[in-house]
Order: sequence, then C-alpha cells, then structure tokens
Amino acid sequence: MTAILEIRDLSVSYGASRVIFDASLGVRPGSVTVLLGANGAGKTTLLRAICNMMVRTRGEIRLEGQPIENMATEEIARLGVAHVPDGRGTFIHMTVQENLQLGAYGRRDHAAVGDDFERIFAYFPRLRERRAQPAGTLSGGEQQMLAIGRALMSRPKLLLLDEPSFGLAPLVVKEIFDILRAINRADGVSILLVEQNANLALSLADYGYLLETGRIVMHDTASALSNDDSIRRVYLGY
Amino acid sequence: MDALLFQITSGITTGFIYASLALALVMIFQSTNHINFAQGEMAMFSTYIAFTLVQAGVPFWIAFPTTLLGAFVMGFVIERFVLRPFADAPVLTIVIVFIGLLVIFNSIAGWIFGYEMQPFPSPFPHSWGTRLVSAHQLGIAVVTLSVLAAVYLFFRFTSLGLAMRAAAQNPVSSRLVGIRVGLLLAVGWGLAAAIGAVAGIMAAPIVFLEPNMMAGIMIYAFAAALLGGINNPAGAVPGGIIVGVLENLAGAYVVGTELKLTTALVMILLVLLIRPAGLFGRTLRTRV
Ligand SMILES: Nc1ncnc2c1ncn2[C@@H]1O[C@H](COP(=O)(O)OP(=O)(O)O)[C@@H](O)[C@H]1O
Ligand SMILES: [Mg+2]
Repeated sequence: MTAILEIRDLSVSYGASRVIFDASLGVRPGSVTVLLGANGAGKTTLLRAICNMMVRTRGEIRLEGQPIENMATEEIARLGVAHVPDGRGTFIHMTVQENLQLGAYGRRDHAAVGDDFERIFAYFPRLRERRAQPAGTLSGGEQQMLAIGRALMSRPKLLLLDEPSFGLAPLVVKEIFDILRAINRADGVSILLVEQNANLALSLADYGYLLETGRIVMHDTASALSNDDSIRRVYLGY
Repeated sequence: MDALLFQITSGITTGFIYASLALALVMIFQSTNHINFAQGEMAMFSTYIAFTLVQAGVPFWIAFPTTLLGAFVMGFVIERFVLRPFADAPVLTIVIVFIGLLVIFNSIAGWIFGYEMQPFPSPFPHSWGTRLVSAHQLGIAVVTLSVLAAVYLFFRFTSLGLAMRAAAQNPVSSRLVGIRVGLLLAVGWGLAAAIGAVAGIMAAPIVFLEPNMMAGIMIYAFAAALLGGINNPAGAVPGGIIVGVLENLAGAYVVGTELKLTTALVMILLVLLIRPAGLFGRTLRTRV
C-alpha cells in the first residue's frame, strides 16, 4: 500500500540555521501517525516543511507518490493537505461561518459544501451557536475546534495537527481528541499529529515517530512505543 | 442659510470623490501596509484614457466602464511586474518605488497629452440640477455611491471577496486554505486602480483635466483614509464626507480658498497625533 505521505532524507532550515536533519517518515492511508518530541525538537518545523511554509527544505516529500517539495503552500493545500498550525491560525476578525467558508475555498464541488457545514456543526455544536461571532472572541478550545473544523471543510486527504491540546483544559482536550478519533474512523482522513502530550497522542495513534533535536531517533507502532522503557521514562512520566 | 447648505452639499459630493480614492488607498494599505503615493496619478492617467475615448467619439457610458477595465489591468500589471520584485524590500525602497511611479505617470501623461488644462464635460444631463445641487454633483453621488455599494457587496458576499479579505488579514493562514495570495494581491491592486479611476473621472469636470489634477485630491483622500481608519474600508466613506464638508466650510468661513488645502494637512496631523486608528478604526477584544 503506497503511503499517503512519504518523507525521505528531509533537511529543513530557517535561513542558515538547520533544524531538521535527514528525517524520513511515512503516513499510511487512513492511519493516525504521531510525531512526539520535547519542546524545540523541531516538530512544528517538520509540519511547516510539508506545506513549504516559512522554511527551506532539501529532500523528498511525496503526497500519494507525487513530489510536492517544490510546490507553493497554497497549491499543496489544494492537493488535499489541511494544516492546523501552531497557534491555530484562525482569521480572528472574521466570523466562525466565514472561517469555515474559507476552509472550503479551494474546492470545486460547491454543492457539497452546505452538507459539510452541517457535518462540522454536528461534531462541534458550539461552533453552530457562535457562527456569527468573530473568531477572535472565541475561547481557546472553541478556536481549536474552529481551526479543525476549517481544515475539515476542505475535505482533506491528510490532516496535519500541531499540538491541538496546547493550552487547553483537560476536559476540552478529551472532547477534541474524541472528535479526532471519530473523524479518522468515519471519514477515513489520514492524520499526522504533533504532540508533547505523549500519553494522549499514543492513545489515538497507530504509529509514532520520536524526534530529538531535529533527528528521528525511534519509530514504532503506538502500542510498542507506549511500552518502551525510555519513552515511558522521558515522555510518559512513569 | 442657503449659502451654508450649499457649502455642505457640495462638500458632501466632493467628499464622495475623496472617499473613492481613500478606499483605493485603504485597500492597498490593508494588504501591504504601504500607502500607494501614485494612486492619484494612476487615477489621473485613467481619466486621460476616458477623455481620449470620449474625444474619439465613444459614448461616455461605454468609455467609463472600458476605462475602469483598463485601470484594473494597469493596477494588476503594476503589482505583478513593478512591485512584486520588491515584496521583501525595506519600507524606504517601496516608498521610492511609489514616488517613482508617481513621477513616471505624471511625466508620461504630460508627454502624451500635454500640460494644458482640458475641459472635461460632465456626462450628466443638465435637467438633474436643482437649486441646491448641480447635475454633476448629483451624478457624482449616484455614481460613486453605486460603485462603493458594489465594492461592499463584492467583499461581503462573494467567495472571491472573502478570500481577498482573508489574504489581507492573514496571508499565512490564507495560503494554508489554498488561497493564491499573490494573485489576489494583484487583483486588489486592479480593483483599487479602477476605484481610483472613478474618482478621477468624476473629479475631472470640476478640476479640469491636466497631469497634476489629482495632487490636491490625493491629499484630501489621504486625510479621509486616515480619518476613517487606514485599516477600515468602511471608514473611507464617512471619512471622505467629513473631509469634504470641513474643507468647504473652512474655505468659505475660516481660512479662505487659498489655504483650504492646509485644512487637510491639519486634519492629517490631528488624526496621527490624537487617534492614529482613525474615527472608525477597528478595535476587537480578543481572547487567547
Ligand atoms: N521562525 C524561526 N526562525 C528560526 N528558528 C526557528 C524558527 N522557528 C523555530 N525555530 C527553531 O527551530 C527549532 C525547532 O523549533 P520548533 O519546530 O518550533 O520545535 P517544536 O515544535 O518541536 O517545539 C528551535 O530551536 C527553534 O528555536
Ligand atoms: Mg511546536
């Protein structure tokens, strides 16, 4: 089975400073793959590299076999990669409705967009209540829901999530992860998830990679990683 | 009493002209954080195109939309080929590019069309005139308000308009949802140039056509844009009207016509000093 995303020998830099060194990684269709690592390891940078956003890359990035490493960010998005970035990246001056509408911007099947609004509102009923409010007035949890909802509006093949649990109350985090699981099961969207909260991430993921100061140092199935001694000590805290 | 009313209504109508040019300035500022100093000269050049078409026998109401289309193409091309190479240049470099454009448009207009003032006949029928407002003033109101309403509807209700607002507010997130930000920036320049052309064509019958016709108007428009909020397109209209009326009242009752332009400069300074966000500048409480 060809991977939905295949990264080979990828190096990533900001200007002259190299942050990722020869990373290789794959995401299987329909799976949830997690990228773990401490603060500053380069997780955000790796996700940015996939979307050719703010960084310089060298190496191979393939989406369903097609090389995308030289494509512009907006064209990669149009191929079906939806990135929920670090900091969420909602359009704070625009309403919830407009944010979701923008998620569907690159789509051609305009007729189906209406149904997708309903689908997103079914996952996140609070967004329906707040549809006319500017995104900037939402709570952190609601903004994260909006960012995920906006990504889903594009009917992505691959969903990139950069620390969706960041800064949120545990109850909200649980709600969001339950929905991510449902989205993955029901819609078959492949997910590449970046998390510092390894416990939570491994409970959702099928496969995981561990990034340490820009290098992939370990990868295995999620259950094997959960049982690995060094991972347990450093990232799971027991 | 009539004289005062007359000053006010004529201030409102010139205010619509300032509002159009101010809107062009605001649109470009929103997406680039730069003031296009050449906006007025681009409008002047477009006005000459309309004039040339009319001279060649094209009916005004065909020449007008044709000119707007031409202005759109001109704005689009200038962004793509003149400004794009300077996308990451320091502010001062960009200012110099704008001033260069200003001088170039001014000189080319002078070279092609000459520096003599040309009368530009008003396209509106005399029968529109009343005791208080002339036919041309009423025409200005109708045309500019229709254009401004169309612009509002475009940005508020179309998918392209929404994407253009998104691209101006947050280009990084816009790219992530598949918006071709660079292309839309050029479209924005095209639209701004077309809106500026409306201001030029409406102003020409009042100020006469000549290469420097927009110099004063550009300063009033800048004052209007600042007063309305340089980041707030909806502020351009009230900003333009306030500037137009104050300009007329100051000219008639306070400083005299010769010093009228100073009132615009005073307004610019006052806004910058007291309320840089403008009277209608947007504030939004955000939560994290
Ligand atoms: N915009 C940037 N410019 C330069 N260096 C950066 C930038 N963003 C992140 N870095 C550096 O890259 C490294 C990895 O950062 P990041 O990818 O954000 O890590 P993580 O997401 O794993 O916490 C860090 O050393 C950080 O300082
Ligand atoms: Mg990060």
